[in-house]
Amino acid sequence: MLQDCLNYIQGNGSDIALRIADHMKISLIALFAAILIGVAGGYAASVSRRGEKWIMNLFQILRVIPSLAILVLLIPVMGVGMKPAVTALSILAIPPILTNTCVGFMEVPPFMLESAKGIGMTEWELLLHVRFPLALPLILAGIRSALVEVIASATLAAKIGAGGLGEIIFTGLGLNRTDLLLIGSILVGMLSLGSLGIFSLIRRILMPYKYRRAV
Amino acid sequence: MIDFLLSHPEKIVSPLLNHIYMTAVTLVISVLLASLLTVLAAVIPVLGNILTAFFSVVYSIPSLALFALQIPLTGLGRTTAVTVLCAYNQYLLLGNFLAGLNEVDPGVREAAKGIGMTVMQELFLVQVPLAKKALFAGIRLAVVSTIGIGTIAAAINAGGLGVLLFDGLRTMNTVKILWGSLLSAILAVSANGILKWAEKGVSG
Repeated sequence: MLQDCLNYIQGNGSDIALRIADHMKISLIALFAAILIGVAGGYAASVSRRGEKWIMNLFQILRVIPSLAILVLLIPVMGVGMKPAVTALSILAIPPILTNTCVGFMEVPPFMLESAKGIGMTEWELLLHVRFPLALPLILAGIRSALVEVIASATLAAKIGAGGLGEIIFTGLGLNRTDLLLIGSILVGMLSLGSLGIFSLIRRILMPYKYRRAV
Repeated sequence: MIDFLLSHPEKIVSPLLNHIYMTAVTLVISVLLASLLTVLAAVIPVLGNILTAFFSVVYSIPSLALFALQIPLTGLGRTTAVTVLCAYNQYLLLGNFLAGLNEVDPGVREAAKGIGMTVMQELFLVQVPLAKKALFAGIRLAVVSTIGIGTIAAAINAGGLGVLLFDGLRTMNTVKILWGSLLSAILAVSANGILKWAEKGVSG
């Protein structure tokens, strides 16, 4: 078994590297699109009270729809390939980011806003120096769960012709080759765990005060 | 679409029933397992931390990968699917169960100890009733995620609505794709709705 795996990796190294690169490309593009839309939408939702309920409900429903269904549903509309995959993955990734952003902005304590106004901050400064930093932990938590979801669902994107590591797994399933299954799934797992590790590093850099030891 | 339903009702109904069955089996097993683990974690707090960390790692492994990894052990089919789905559910259930139990007002727990309750009595007579809402929320999350990930289980021959999706993809049959996605979405949304309603009934 192990020998099979090693042989395959030796023979198809460049192919595997290409799949990893594809997988990361799809996931990252989708994640960035989702962050832009999710954070902007979440902020908009937190500003208008009436819009908030509406948008949150809509995205709660979106969150419930299975990822495979969203991926497959886009085929009649957009065909196969990378474009529908990235679109579907962004749709999947938006809800956690958007809802967390909205909650994050709404949970900023009113007394902090008041004291910030009291020391003469403008609306813009208020947003940049008070609201955003205070909402950041929740926004990042949302992005984290979106990240896990996107990398996992990107495996399925192989089914609609977008490439990625899912291709190795689906080929393994089709040919009943355990070595391919192992290589594909271990790589996806490593990619997922690795990106989570990188993400917590980024979080550490963005919010150093959270990790400073109490004196 | 309606034509397809009328001419091949069994092709739609049997995957749907299969899916519901798979979800139900998974739910029963995973709730039982999670309750057991929660009780253990309540008695030995360190164990709770270890289990939570372990299942959060499991949860971040993509489902297709975990299904594939399980094949050498349990082969193709429903057993593998249910095993993997239960593993995923443990993260959601255990996380919510423990968080719910820990959020019970410490004063109340202190009082429970004060009147001489044992750890078990405190857990079942005080903490569980007070944390009902969080427990239900965890179950609801788990059901919705099981229905979603369950569609992917069709890739390893476990049946369910994913069959319609994968078949539709292979033969470019838009009608099948639409039925598959619509039904899985409706199933998830309605399960979510029903459980929310039940949640209200239980927590009053």
